[in-house]
Amino acid sequence: MRLFEFEAKNILKEYGILIPRGKLAGSVEEATQAANKLGGAVVLKSQILAKSRGKLGGIVFAGSPTQAEKAAQDLIGSTINGNRVDRLLVEERLDITRELYASVAIDRQVKTYLVLASTSGGVDIEEVAQTSPEKILKHWVDALTGFSREDAIEMLNKFDISKDETTRLAHIMVTLYKVATDYDAELVEINPLVRTPSGEFVAADARVTLDDNALFRHPEFKDKSLIRLDDAPLEAEARRQGLAYVDLSGDIGIIGNGAGLVMATLDLVHLYGGRPANFLDIGGGAQVEIIKRGVMLVLSKPEVKAVLINILGGITRCDLVAQGVIAALKESNLKKPVAVRMMGTNEEEGKGILNKAGINTYSNLEEAVESIGTLR
Amino acid sequence: MQGITGNEGRFHTTSMLHYGTEIVAGVTPGKGGERVEGVSVYNTVAEAVQNHGADTSILFVPPARAKDAVIEAIEAGIKTLVIITELIPQKDVIKFLAKASKSGVVIVGPNTPGLINPSHKIKIGIMPSHIFKPGSVGMVSRSGTLTYEIASHISASGLGQSTCLGVGGDPIIGVGFTDLLDFFRDDEATEGVVLIGEIGGNAEELAAEYIKKTDYPKPVVAYIAGRLAPPEKRMGHAGAIIMGGGGTAKSKIDAFGAAGVPVAEKPSDVTRLLKIGMGKYQ
Repeated sequence: MRLFEFEAKNILKEYGILIPRGKLAGSVEEATQAANKLGGAVVLKSQILAKSRGKLGGIVFAGSPTQAEKAAQDLIGSTINGNRVDRLLVEERLDITRELYASVAIDRQVKTYLVLASTSGGVDIEEVAQTSPEKILKHWVDALTGFSREDAIEMLNKFDISKDETTRLAHIMVTLYKVATDYDAELVEINPLVRTPSGEFVAADARVTLDDNALFRHPEFKDKSLIRLDDAPLEAEARRQGLAYVDLSGDIGIIGNGAGLVMATLDLVHLYGGRPANFLDIGGGAQVEIIKRGVMLVLSKPEVKAVLINILGGITRCDLVAQGVIAALKESNLKKPVAVRMMGTNEEEGKGILNKAGINTYSNLEEAVESIGTLR
Repeated sequence: MQGITGNEGRFHTTSMLHYGTEIVAGVTPGKGGERVEGVSVYNTVAEAVQNHGADTSILFVPPARAKDAVIEAIEAGIKTLVIITELIPQKDVIKFLAKASKSGVVIVGPNTPGLINPSHKIKIGIMPSHIFKPGSVGMVSRSGTLTYEIASHISASGLGQSTCLGVGGDPIIGVGFTDLLDFFRDDEATEGVVLIGEIGGNAEELAAEYIKKTDYPKPVVAYIAGRLAPPEKRMGHAGAIIMGGGGTAKSKIDAFGAAGVPVAEKPSDVTRLLKIGMGKYQ
């Protein structure tokens, strides 16, 4: 789960990292007030999760409160890359003498945290990795011993910076690691980490991504986790209902038990010339209610003309799936053709229930896929 | 069996015992003294090890308690852990994998259906056993039900399986493709290998590199799920996500192509490719 810039900055501030003076504004009035209070040049930053919001006009500099008001009028209520701009972070404009990069992220391949620092801040770190990798320092953390000040200093010694700066940067790196582990974050990133004329290091922009699996132990985020702004409307609905659903652009609804199996079903439908409308995994051992909700969700999408359900029942019972399908069709009252492939636990019973209701069932996956093409 | 008294634990204890797996003890803190299907339950892994000499554990412990259960098992001397649990916080996984590595303990998973050896009738997992038949194909997969799908075709063809192991659908896991390829190379019962991958990460690319570099002596056939997955969307499995342009199905398919490993276009095609590969190598 990605946090907004202002949320990430608030966390860093709590841990003693400097952030620009600023205020969150939810309206043009608030933004103008904030600009007035800050005085001087300010920057208005749209609090949205869109990538490269700067390049898309989401970050605007204003030399005066009047300019700030105009900028706020343009930004608030606008849509950038499908994201509605509801809030702005109005900050003092920093004087920059140097831009660095610092982050702590989980490296899945190496199976631990990767601490990254670069003298090339303010740009896309992936680009720096491609064009000037020598400007990036990496340290993979020994999960059993952690990341200490000594580790940080040793890492940063490779940079051409003063001893005092090394010490202060080391402190920031160690703090980022602490934030990452305290918050169960997948990523804690400051880009750019700005050095001001007075020599201070300030987090000009910050990103924090939390591990969804750990939200249960971070109750302060639990409520907002249900509202993900990069969810399509049906994905948001699915999330509220606890369903693993991804929206796609076709007209054949796809449901199955097991992520790999559902992905394979999608691929197979496509191979046979169909266009999947969605991915939906009902998981293992699903009960009637979950299945009913899943089928109803898929049926509810107007673009969906037919639905293919693929069940390989181990702990998942085919008869329960059948009951869920019947219940969904009854309750949703939508007359869309459904084809069900069933194999495994209680398959005969499941097929019996469905056939009785006039729904075609199959043992062979490819046959089921072929049939759905004709049903449309 | 850690977590033996939970619903899932009980269900699978019955299933595994029925298949022929020797479950010597179960552990659920606070339920010591009970019995599940005739298996004695203890409060701690240490007691179970002491009384029955268990060296392997299968875990059905909820995500919030998984790390403690894993570390408890490692400290009690368990040498192989099969972690069925899904949704364990990554920080916890990082921690216990590091501890396992240091202690020489093998971890399968998390988020795995486990492993099965049909010839020896050992099932340390949750897969439906009737789908698997004794044979010569080694299977290693990131999926659960997709593995069973492909396994059913392999069984129907008469080839059967030597060992089938799920490495798990999470982004951070214990044993991986390369470890299993290594095992299958030296396993006399295995004549051909099926590798079932999916989008996300670069495990398949590394496996392909390994096959090429070591001039892998047995035929390998791959299947990659997720050709149609859009970027930046988690496709069910936490590890199945295309990020920053990396981890696409294309990247994996190309990597296997470069290593001379055929990639099946559909699950049912794996068997045909296996037969070609295995016939060739005979």
